[in-house]
This record gives sequence, C-alpha cells and structure tokens, in this order.
Amino acid sequence: MNGGRAIILNRIREALRNNPAPRPHTSHSQTEASAHQNGHAQREWLPKVGTTLPEQIDLFAKISEGLKTEFHRVPTAESAREVLAKLAAESGWKKIATHSHHDTDLLLEGFSLPIVRTEKGYAIDDIESCDAGVTGCEVLVAQTGGIMVSVQSAGGRALSVLPPHHVVIARTSQMVPDLTAAFDHVKRKYGKSFPSFMGFITGPSRTGDIERILVLGAHGPKRLTVLLVD
Amino acid sequence: MATQAADFQSLSRRYTADKPFRAFIQKALSGYYRKRDENKANFQDWQGARDLAAETKYEAVNHLDKYLLEFEEKITARGAKVFWAPNAEAARDYILKVARENNVRSIIKSKTMTSEEIHLNDALEKQGFGVFESDLGEYIVQLRKEAPFHLVFPAMHLTRGQISDLFQKELGSEATDEPEKLTMIAREVMRRKYCEADMGISGTNFAVAETGMISITENEGNARLTTSLPKIHVALLGIEKVLPRLEDLSLFLPMLATAGAGQTMTCYNTMYAGPRQPGEPDGPEQMHVVLLDNRRTELLADAEQRDALGCIRCGACLNVCPIFKNVGGYSYGTTYGGPIGSVITPHLRGLKDWKHLSAASSLCGACTEACPVKIDLHHHLLQNRRNGAKAAPNAVEKFTFGGFSVMMGRPGLYRLAVGLGRIFQPLQGLVNGTILDPLKAWTGSRRFPKLAQKSFHEQWKKERGGKR
Repeated sequence: MNGGRAIILNRIREALRNNPAPRPHTSHSQTEASAHQNGHAQREWLPKVGTTLPEQIDLFAKISEGLKTEFHRVPTAESAREVLAKLAAESGWKKIATHSHHDTDLLLEGFSLPIVRTEKGYAIDDIESCDAGVTGCEVLVAQTGGIMVSVQSAGGRALSVLPPHHVVIARTSQMVPDLTAAFDHVKRKYGKSFPSFMGFITGPSRTGDIERILVLGAHGPKRLTVLLVD
Repeated sequence: MATQAADFQSLSRRYTADKPFRAFIQKALSGYYRKRDENKANFQDWQGARDLAAETKYEAVNHLDKYLLEFEEKITARGAKVFWAPNAEAARDYILKVARENNVRSIIKSKTMTSEEIHLNDALEKQGFGVFESDLGEYIVQLRKEAPFHLVFPAMHLTRGQISDLFQKELGSEATDEPEKLTMIAREVMRRKYCEADMGISGTNFAVAETGMISITENEGNARLTTSLPKIHVALLGIEKVLPRLEDLSLFLPMLATAGAGQTMTCYNTMYAGPRQPGEPDGPEQMHVVLLDNRRTELLADAEQRDALGCIRCGACLNVCPIFKNVGGYSYGTTYGGPIGSVITPHLRGLKDWKHLSAASSLCGACTEACPVKIDLHHHLLQNRRNGAKAAPNAVEKFTFGGFSVMMGRPGLYRLAVGLGRIFQPLQGLVNGTILDPLKAWTGSRRFPKLAQKSFHEQWKKERGGKR
C-alpha cells in the first residue's frame, strides 16, 4: 500500500462531491435504463448476427475471408488431419508446437513431425523455432470472425502468437453469435477463477504503420488457419 | 507571447506551407475513411452504440473511486501489485525501483501513450536500461528520436523511403521500397529483443472492475509477446480507463476498432487477470499495474468537461480535424494531439501555457461527430477559450470589445465611426498585412472587406424617402 492511493482517492472524491456533470445527450432514452439493468444492451446496436448455426458459420466464413484467415470447414477429425498434413507438406514444416487438449490430441493423432508441448513449461527458443503452433480455443465469434483463446484452451500465452503460423481447431458447437456470448461462456466456465490470459484473435497479425499499407505478420503469425469440425 | 503558443504558430505555419506533406497525410487517411464508413454501416445503429458508450463511460467516470477500488481488489487477489501514482514522477520512480530490484537489463515495450506522457523512456535510459519499442510505428519514431506523430498511427508522417534510409543507417539493412520487407526487418530485430527482455511494459486500453482485468487492443501481436515472454509485466493505466463490467468490452472493443482504425475488430484484444497463475505454463512471474492520475483529477473536478475523461484514445477526432490534417501532429507540442489533446492538455499541463490550442479549431464540430463516446469536443474548446480569457484577460481585446459595445449602443457614434472608416480605409489599404498595419494579426492572410460607400440605412432613406 502506498500514500498515493489515499491522495488519489481523496482527489477523486473531492472532485465529484456536490459537483454533478451533465448527463450525455442521447437520442435513445431507453439506453440509460438498459445500460444499468443488464450487460446485454449493446446487442441492439452492434452488427447483426443470424440466430441459426448455419447463418453464424456463413458470417464467420465471410468475415474470415476479409481478414485473410484461412477457414476450413471439415466434416470429421479425419478430414481435419488431412488438411493439416497438406499444410505441413506445402509449407515445409519441420517442427510444430502444441499443447495437450482434447481437440489438439485428436487433430495430431499420427502426425509425423516432431512436436513440442507447452503445458508443463518450455524454453522460449523451442517454441520460437517451430514452424507452426496448433491450439484449441474457447469459442469462435461469428459477429467479428474472432477466435477466443485462453491459457487453458490455447496452451498458455505465447503458443498462439509466437510461431509464424497459428492453426486453430474448433468444433461447430463452439460457434457463438457475438462477443457478449463469448464473455458469458467464460463466466460460466470459469466462475471467478479466470485464466490470467484470455483474448480474441481476429485474423493474422498485421500492421499499417508504413504509409497505412496493410502488411501481414508484423510480430505475430503471418498465417492463421481455422479448422472447424462438424 | 508564451513560448508554447509561439512554437505552435511557427510549426503550424511551416507544416501548412508544405503542400506535398499535406497531400501525403490526406492520402494516408483516405483508406481509413473508406474502411471506417464500411464498418460503421455494419452496425445496426452506430448512433445507438455511441449513446450506450457515452452512458457507460458516464457511469464509470462519475463513480471512479468505487470502480478503481473494485478493480484493485480483484486484480490484487490474483497476485498483481497495484501502485497508485499521483503524478508522473511517482510512476517513473516506481517502475525504476521494480527494474532495479529485479536486476532488469533489457526492457521491451508495447505502445503506450501514457508512457509518452510521463517521459518514461528517457528516465529508464538515463538509468542505463535498454528500452525497445516493439510496435512498428513506435520503433521507427524511437529510432528517429522523435515523438509519435499521431495517437494511433505514430509514423504516418514518414514515407517508405525515409524508413528504408533509417533502417539502413541504424540497422545496416538493405535498401527497399516495399513496406512488407521493411516490416520483416523490424520483425527479425524484435524477435531477439522479446526473447532477451526481462521486463515488458505495456499500456492499457480498458480496465474491468468486475473481474479485475486489463484489456489491451493491438494489431501486430507485439503487446501479446511483451506480456507473455519477459518475467515482469508492468502495465501503465490512466485512472479514467476503468469500465464497470466485462460485457462492456463487447461494445467498446468493436467501437474502438471502427473509430480508431476502420476495422471490425483489431487483430488482438487481450484480457489479463494477474501474472502467471499456479498450473499455468507461461506468463510473467510478476505483474505491476501503475494507476496514473497526473492531473486527470483536475479534469474530473471540471464537471462541464468531465466527459473528456471518457476518451478511449481512438484518434478519430484527429483523423477528421481540418486543423490536424493541415498542421500535423508535431505542431501541437503535446503528448495528445488534435482536438482531444487541445481539450485536455490545458487541464493536464496548465491553462496558461496551453490555452492557445483551443483557438486552433474552426469549431466545425467534425470531432464531436466522430467521437465514439460523444465527448462534446468543440464546445469544450469554446469553454477553454472562455476560461482562458477569464483567467488572464487580454487588455487590448477588453478595450476593443468594450469600445465596440459602447459604439453599437449609440447610432450617432456608429455613423461617425463608419464615416471615419470610409476615409481612413484607403490608408489602411496601403499597409495591409505589413508590420505597420494595426490589424496585422487578422489581415496577414486576409483582405479587410471594403466598407460600402453608402450603408443600407442611407440607401433606404434616399430611395424610399424614409417611408416604411
């Protein structure tokens, strides 16, 4: 504890005491009430998402295309393994990194290249030198084309961002309509003991810092592949 | 004249006269306008989203003590250390202390405007720490020993040629005019830095009170690496950035991306709840959150402009501002440029030296319209003008406007003044805009309109013989 805490809290309380600010001018009178009643009011205003699974998968696919996420919908784990084997051969992978997880284990059954695993700790250089990182995920978000990852579902913090190619395996039951549903999911799953890292990955790493021209693979993966298994 | 105001005048004059530079900035922004509009159109109702965002920020900022305490309690329970820094010096000292106590040698940073505000890099480098900016744009301006040009696009003022020259000189790389190759040069350099650094310093876009998390928004992945690999993570956090609930992010993340960069979502939006937890395979052993006031509470005390604390630093107001587009980011001489900078800098650094910024506006209101959290920016600029005039009245202005109101209340005096004006205006014409012209400040770039030889009143009287 430091003295700064008391100083800042005092300043805040002094600044707010008997000194109300004008409410924001809003054209929607009900927003104020709904904002305080529940955390779901934003659904009225955010981009629209279809209610059925096929609509959501179509939207995810469409947004993925714009983001340059390579999206593959496959009927079985067997066909997912085929896509992965093809990727590995085409890109000349020598070594990959992953974590033990129901979905990644299924995907990597019989995979022939050397595999580094992160769940029990690892040396940074061992992961850095891998050609791809293969992870699971929490959910896929139709509204944004996003992948929600966490320590538990993606093998820690670095696995999904350090190797130059990130491959995500997901099941159609993991598709959710929007960010609000994604947050509901992690709240239900973890209660109050959240992982120390969770986040959304929306397309491969990119930058526009040079003349506002889009370049992929700034610091994170240049390629992002999503395998969605029915 | 205050030096800050004089600097602003001379720099803005120089940048405004540079036509190729202005064209370059315009071109860089044109893609942003297109993408931003496409994404706004995808919202069911962008205005409704702005209303809700403004209401949510109103709730947070007007109960700031409550939400900060809730945030502190939750994230502390997860093993993070929260340091409350009343000013820049306290924040710098704390970070230096953490670095020294842990024998840190190399520090990697992801983009944080708050660290620019407290001049953190200087302080760290003076104490012998190696500090590396990992965001591409920030890295480029760091190599040039410059400040960021724009809140979100730090190196938007540089051409690929300039960046290639810089990399050749500083990194010994090959010349290239391909942005992709330039990006890959920086990627390779930074890879080593991430792996070697023992401390990572990040900013924070949002803090969540309900769950004790910080949220970081980025596109490159550099912030994720900065917060994953080094054994210590220090997050700088302006006290105004706290949101009540986790779900609030589902509104603010897409709005920040749309307003800030014309994206649906930025590539990485990451929530951190403390350092590495038991059973987790990686992540920092220590997490320090530095809560920074640095006169934000002065702005909080101004109820009229308190909404400016809702700013999410998206930079949308800069991108649409006719002044910013012409004078560029460096003319302001502030950490935060453009309309939002002109509003908050007088609060953060003193009205006396920074009130001139509120005159750097055409009051067109484009900034207010662009703001995703509905900060009443152009009215706040007017209020700052008023506050500035109140705090330090300008004798010449006071005399002029006093005389004007006396004259306007007396028709005889008015007619006399106009009559004299007609006689003396040709003389003013001889010196128009020169150093001898008493109206130089105004006529330097304009012509004074010619007074009519006969006023409307006189013409009416003559033509209609005074009949109504």
